[in-house]
Amino acid sequence: MNKILEKEHFSENVVKLVVEAPAIARSRKPGHFVIVRACENGERIPLTIADADTVKGTITLVVQNVGVSSGKICSLEPGESLTDVVGPLGQATHIEKVGTVVCCGGGVGVAPLLPIIKAMKEAGNKVITVLAARTKELIILEEQVRPYSDEVIIMTDDGSYGTKGLVTNGVESVINREKVDLVVTIGPAIMMKFVSLLTKKYDIPTMCSLNTIMVDGTGMCGACRVTVGGKTKFVCIDGPEFDAHQVDFDEMLMRLRSFN
Amino acid sequence: TSIPRVKMPELDPAYRITCNEEVNQGLSAEAAVLEATRCMDCPDPQCVTGCPVSINIPGFIKNIERKDFHAAAVVLKETSALPAVCGRVCPQEKQCESRCIYHKMKKEPVAIGYLERFAADNERLCGCHAVPETAPKNGIKVAVVGSGPAGLSFAGDMIKRGYDVTVFEALHEIGGVLKYGIPEFRLPNEVVDVEINALAALGVNFVKDCIVGKTLSYDDLHEMGFKGIFVASGAGLPRFMGIPGENYIGVMSSNEYLTRINLMGAGRPDHDTPILKGKRVAVIGGGNTAMDSVRTARRMGAESAMVVYRRGEAEMPARAEEVKHAKQEGVEFLTLHNPIEYLADEKGRVNMMRVQKMELGEPDASGRRSPVPIEGAIIDIPVDLVIVSVGVSPNPLIPNAIPALEVSRRGTIVVNEGTMQSSLSDIYAGGDIVRGGATVILAMGDGRHAAAAMDAKLSE
Ligand SMILES: Cc1cc2nc3c(=O)[nH]c(=O)nc-3n(C[C@H](O)[C@H](O)[C@H](O)COP(=O)(O)OP(=O)(O)OC[C@H]3O[C@@H](n4cnc5c(N)ncnc54)[C@H](O)[C@@H]3O)c2cc1C
Ligand SMILES: Cc1cc2nc3c(=O)[nH]c(=O)nc-3n(C[C@H](O)[C@H](O)[C@H](O)COP(=O)(O)OP(=O)(O)OC[C@H]3O[C@@H](n4cnc5c(N)ncnc54)[C@H](O)[C@@H]3O)c2cc1C
Ligand code: SF4
Ligand code: SF4
Ligand code: FES
Repeated sequence: MNKILEKEHFSENVVKLVVEAPAIARSRKPGHFVIVRACENGERIPLTIADADTVKGTITLVVQNVGVSSGKICSLEPGESLTDVVGPLGQATHIEKVGTVVCCGGGVGVAPLLPIIKAMKEAGNKVITVLAARTKELIILEEQVRPYSDEVIIMTDDGSYGTKGLVTNGVESVINREKVDLVVTIGPAIMMKFVSLLTKKYDIPTMCSLNTIMVDGTGMCGACRVTVGGKTKFVCIDGPEFDAHQVDFDEMLMRLRSFN
Repeated sequence: TSIPRVKMPELDPAYRITCNEEVNQGLSAEAAVLEATRCMDCPDPQCVTGCPVSINIPGFIKNIERKDFHAAAVVLKETSALPAVCGRVCPQEKQCESRCIYHKMKKEPVAIGYLERFAADNERLCGCHAVPETAPKNGIKVAVVGSGPAGLSFAGDMIKRGYDVTVFEALHEIGGVLKYGIPEFRLPNEVVDVEINALAALGVNFVKDCIVGKTLSYDDLHEMGFKGIFVASGAGLPRFMGIPGENYIGVMSSNEYLTRINLMGAGRPDHDTPILKGKRVAVIGGGNTAMDSVRTARRMGAESAMVVYRRGEAEMPARAEEVKHAKQEGVEFLTLHNPIEYLADEKGRVNMMRVQKMELGEPDASGRRSPVPIEGAIIDIPVDLVIVSVGVSPNPLIPNAIPALEVSRRGTIVVNEGTMQSSLSDIYAGGDIVRGGATVILAMGDGRHAAAAMDAKLSE
């Protein structure tokens, strides 16, 4: 159970794992996530299901090493197993043909974006993907998003690859050039906040996927709560995707620092 | 009748707040036998009517008096799947013991709960755990959703009836609230594990990390050949009060606090899960969950730990023993106070609680006198951790996943009271998902009733 079959390094701190999980592979949809424990006594942490293979009975996780638990998961090798994998959790992405969709991802947020890009394309949308990172080495999954994107725009803070600038610059250049019907943004909370502010200015519907702190992932604890449209929501059961214009990102950013 | 009621030996409060050891140490055999002699074996025992599952109370107690402790355990097992658990956590003073004839004589009731625990513990510790008789396998597959007391007791009854039983549990541990909620100083995990291991030894198949309605659908269960499903998914959803500042760092549900500590081992050096510690901790609410949280906070090093409750102490729903233990452990009780807002420092960590003073007005629908705010009586109290323990709602996962299932306005699954059968003929339900928050013994009783009814239907 939960055996790691393949492992690939996307960058120094980002690892792709293909994990044996047949029941989850069968029932998952784009937007779903799992909760994983690397070892006994380990913490339960949420990770998006980046891809799944129902024939092989596997799911793909893309993990960024940012701390204790993600570090333990990144250090596992093929043949070893995760102690627990439970899911699929959360609400699936609402996929619809709306016209032109800009999908923008920052850092490891590109992993959860991948299945949405795929599904949006398959639903008949024009998909423009904006990938952003600090520097060239941190741009991940470029090859995987290309087949499903009508255009891929790369943004790096230092200009080492693609265009120099922030993700918002990339998105704005598209907005200025053509009609955009929907923006999907997944990445660090601070990035989603600024994308949301930008698209609000242009009044473009925007969907984000929130990465709050979680424990159970089933609605039991409330650790994942955020304020959306003035109401408290639980990201694990009501989300993880929300109308970005309704999300209180400042509160979310504050709560993400609970243990710092 | 001149013998005084036995006293439960307890760990010293100063010591016990330094660890997680069980506070109640259990009766010695001598003390149990002596206490058992107090029971007058009433011809029409009222105590039994106070027990939600009608345990043959004088029956097991008289076996203790005869020093046939094994026979006492057998009597308990006839009706209760988890006597070692119920003997510890039942609100006895409101149930069996409240009806004991001794009250009529203005004397303290027989210590039924202590004796129940004694008999069950003795059985466990002597290793003479009798293997219950099981019917020959009938090959019929039944599924259980959730491994709390309702699910475990259902599983036990069905495996004994010869069914092929699989229990699906969303978490990575079996036991439900018995594991993630009730702390070890009140109910050691070991006591629960013995029961779970006994079920596994009888052939119950436990599947962890599996959420019915997510990992497996209702249709999947049918495809896998399950002929009956018992939903015991509990009342998992914490309520918040919806007051300003409730999302500040350091304000959390008791479910989060207790789950981090009890299930995830937070606070122990060899466990990865983090926990916020507080020096001044306020727990909001007056139930068992509030008492468990505040006593846990003391054990996690809180210098000051208080219960903030909007009614009076007499109205508090927690068990009397828990309130007593909390007081011994230095917990302060701020009754007739209700938080109306939280304030925080520049980083968003809670540092102040604004509370409204209350007085008691007319009795409300629950028969308890309802709290009314005293106009203008508002005070600020410094706190650095707030644990909100104002109740839970039924877990909506199963109702959401199976829309055809009839649920009440409160979100509980509607069942036929006698059979626990839901609006879908192969789904039965019991415990907190039906009652919306009850007790271990009631959940367990539901499991047994559902097992009897499902068995009757499947063997038609
Ligand atoms: C729905 C969802 C999907 C996610 N998908 C992915 C993914 O596909 N790939 C990936 O690399 N990461 C993903 N994350 C974020 C990932 O869960 C965190 O990076 C991880 O929990 C950090 O744990 P740590 O122990 O390594 O970090 P530490 O910094 O050691 O953790 C300390 C504490 O902070 C919490 N924490 C810190 N940062 C975060 C964060 N950003 N989100 C949630 N909790 C945090 C941890 O749970 C832990 O309690 C997702 C989060 C959510 C909610
Ligand atoms: C802190 C605390 C203290 C308490 N103290 C007492 C006390 O002293 N005395 C007393 O009598 N009662 C007490 N109670 C109440 C008592 O614990 C509950 O009434 C009882 O546990 C309910 O049992 P249950 O089997 O219905 O559900 P639970 O014990 O809640 O178990 C439900 C299980 O189902 C799992 N689950 C949920 N959904 C799914 C799904 N879709 N698929 C798979 N699994 C699922 C959950 O993870 C959980 O493990 C306390 C409760 C709490 C929280
Ligand atoms: S199960 Fe609970 S109520 Fe019934 S006799 Fe035992 S302690 Fe009393
Ligand atoms: S009512 Fe009291 S004395 Fe009578 S049988 Fe019950 S426990 Fe014994
Ligand atoms: S993670 Fe516990 S409620 Fe969402």
